[in-house]
Amino acid sequence: MARSTASVWRDNFAELKKPLVREEARVEASRCLYCYDAPCVKACPTHIDIPRFIRQIAAADPLGSGETILEANALGHSCARVCPVEVLCEGDCVYHDWHEKPIQIARLQRFATDAVHATDELPFSAGEDTGKRVAIVGAGPAGVACAVYLRRLGHAVTIFEKRKIPGGLNTFGVAEYKMDGKTSLEELRLLFRLGCTVKTGIAVDSVLAKKMTKDFDAVFLGVGLAGTKGLGIPGENLSGVVDALSFIERVKAHDRRVLDSSAVTVVIGGGNTAVDAVTQSRRTGASKVILAYRRGAEDMSAYDFEVALARADGAELLLNAAPKRILGKKRVEGVEFARTKTSKGKLLEDKKTFVVPCDRVIKAIGQQKDESVAALFGVALNDDGTIQVDAKTLRSSQAGIFAGGDMVNGGKEVVNAAADGKRAAWGIHRALIPGAQPDESSSYWVSTIDGRVVAPIRPRDEANHGA
Amino acid sequence: MAHKRAKIELAANTAGIKSPNPFWLASAPPTNSGAQIMRAFEYGWGGAVWKTLGQDPPVINVSSRYGAMDFGGQKLAGFNNIELITDRPLETNLKEIYQVKKRFAKHAVIASLMVPCEKQAWRDITKKVIDAGSDGIELNFGCPHGMSERGMGAAVGQVPEYVKMVTEFVKDASSIPVLVKLTPNVADVRFPARAAKAGGADGVSLINTINSIMGVDVETMVPKFSVGGKISHGGYCGPAVKPIALNMISQIATDPETRMMPISGIGGISNWSDAVEFMLLGSSSVQLCTAVMHHGFRIIEDLNAGLEGWMRRKGFTQLDDFIGKTAPNIVDWKHLNLHHKTVASIDKEKCIGCDVCYVACNDTTHQCIAIDTKKKNRKPHVLQDDCVGCNLCSLVCPVDGCITMTTVDTGLKPLTWDELMKNGMKGYGEVYRRH
Repeated sequence: MARSTASVWRDNFAELKKPLVREEARVEASRCLYCYDAPCVKACPTHIDIPRFIRQIAAADPLGSGETILEANALGHSCARVCPVEVLCEGDCVYHDWHEKPIQIARLQRFATDAVHATDELPFSAGEDTGKRVAIVGAGPAGVACAVYLRRLGHAVTIFEKRKIPGGLNTFGVAEYKMDGKTSLEELRLLFRLGCTVKTGIAVDSVLAKKMTKDFDAVFLGVGLAGTKGLGIPGENLSGVVDALSFIERVKAHDRRVLDSSAVTVVIGGGNTAVDAVTQSRRTGASKVILAYRRGAEDMSAYDFEVALARADGAELLLNAAPKRILGKKRVEGVEFARTKTSKGKLLEDKKTFVVPCDRVIKAIGQQKDESVAALFGVALNDDGTIQVDAKTLRSSQAGIFAGGDMVNGGKEVVNAAADGKRAAWGIHRALIPGAQPDESSSYWVSTIDGRVVAPIRPRDEANHGA
Repeated sequence: MAHKRAKIELAANTAGIKSPNPFWLASAPPTNSGAQIMRAFEYGWGGAVWKTLGQDPPVINVSSRYGAMDFGGQKLAGFNNIELITDRPLETNLKEIYQVKKRFAKHAVIASLMVPCEKQAWRDITKKVIDAGSDGIELNFGCPHGMSERGMGAAVGQVPEYVKMVTEFVKDASSIPVLVKLTPNVADVRFPARAAKAGGADGVSLINTINSIMGVDVETMVPKFSVGGKISHGGYCGPAVKPIALNMISQIATDPETRMMPISGIGGISNWSDAVEFMLLGSSSVQLCTAVMHHGFRIIEDLNAGLEGWMRRKGFTQLDDFIGKTAPNIVDWKHLNLHHKTVASIDKEKCIGCDVCYVACNDTTHQCIAIDTKKKNRKPHVLQDDCVGCNLCSLVCPVDGCITMTTVDTGLKPLTWDELMKNGMKGYGEVYRRH
């Protein structure tokens, strides 16, 4: 692994999945069986017509292919890079039943959306002005997707974003070897050409919330989750204890302070963000990285292929170890763990503890629910802190207030947020214009909200008899 | 006793033209020069039909000569050319024929000829190639591009009277076997074949290439393969034409008038099994070009090995054991058994649930594949009572051996349309109901 400052970002964070060149794409596309009522489409939360877009690539129509993708998923350009396709579309490819490698759907999708981006033109335009105005809180994947479809329906959209730069986790939270922040911003630049007003650096307070409900015909909350949860153990405030999201954000900002700043890093957590923190610690120069998780490997929520990547990067797994205390005077010097075991579903801790010396601790035990924004709008929450919504329209307990993304689903993928944004846009449209039906420019993408229902074919009957 | 393998003899004989194996290079760019042909013989090719010789001054070719059609990932699924006959002086070619024959006495060198339709011209060139040492002559009545505009090639092959006349010119002057190369660009290939026989030809070779335009570049909107933006039709060959060639060969092999005529089979042969198919339908030798232009002379090694291995497995020791064996199975539609019934069945273990068969059957053919929507596995099944045995599902299924067509005993005596007509449609209702 490269250690010098200049080469770290270039070498250690180079894209893991390279783009396909034209001939590769054609050959890969030709492998697709064009399944009927294909399982990959069902596995995609945005129901992109995957066989169709792949066939379009095979037929040398990458722009048509890109249009198929972006119709169903406004964030198709970034999803092609960040989707955990191994557990979504590619995971359901029928090739698995054949003991063959699945179609490389993500790379093909990227080939098509890259072609669209190369033209610097969107394959659709904003709808005719309806005179209705919608406020969107949060310029993350859910908010942006909602904005795109609302603009296509002709509603004016203003996005309020707390940060100075839009994109949410797509811009700040994705491991750079999957997608860099620039790609996320390029995607937004193209999408915002539909005519979205984007107000960055504005955090919603009670005054603004009131103003929004008054000045706008509807509000969409796509605020995402808040910062990383605390461990709730002594020593958490020591210097050298950081949370995973801030760490990843620094890495993505190519902040040189993260380089060689640790000899031994302990990452605490068992999810995909923990794995991201592990690989990025290694890639920014930590000579040893230990992934510590309270339970056994089978309980880790990180995808297998992500854990495999961490192992390939040389991470050590410390399983069944519950952190009890972070040790150190000013700086962190180690973590004290208790051994655990699971008995009848209950996690039991040993009294005896042990210490793992380290000079950095990264906390990655999940993000907190941020209930403050929800509270400003007076929307009801579920017991787990997520926002209560109607499953079909994503309307909250308050009329005119809709919500989607991590604060509704508890924290899922970019593609889930994009699907929520699309669903909410149609929900908002139907609330603003009662009885509205899909028209020529919206019928296709509206059909992808729940996925096109494939009617069963009637078996042969007498009418069909004959040659 | 030590294990001893049976000796397999690959030696071929087409109308008296003998070669160590049945694989010849067709008259085309690979046989343009003595040096190329000698290299091919060193690799193991059995024969070579020399790039067509003509009168001096030699022809002038254009730049940009070949076009190809790729399909899916397959390069050169179809191939096309607008090259004319040899563009080298006749004397040069004759000298090289002599040199090749001197070095390779047992290999077949066949001189392909094309001159204007004048008796003397044909007699002169015939004598010259015999003097040079050729083992046989092939009359190029098939070339569809360029030369045909000048009254030669396919322009001759499309008129049976000319075929007969020119064949007579050559046979009259020839002491070596004469093959007539036929063009597929006719309504019924049996007529020129019969004319060749009537003119005294010792055999026929077919097919020559098919009139074709390779496509239009949709970006530039000019022909895909062009000479400065323009193109004339070329001759189409390669794997895509094989079924057309097999049909024409079987037509000649089964026509009462030409049944016993030796055939050198040509058209899209890429490997040994393609060659075997041509031979089973009546070819005593085969000629290759596109596959050689794609992969070079060395493919002869697996052609010979594949043929020999197949013969060994089938218990054949010489080519005559199987040449023409399948030809009697090619019959008119009216002789097919209307009571023969096959139905599809899907192997649930092998099925991967792509449901390509399901939509193909339901959208386009006979609506007899269903999916049990109560099961979650997407795996389709055949409604066998409704299945007409069309084969489509088994053809589109991507998994080898997953969908098989099984013969069902109907308990009914074979009945053909011919018989049905002759017996006054007795049994029509029974046949109709069954379908």
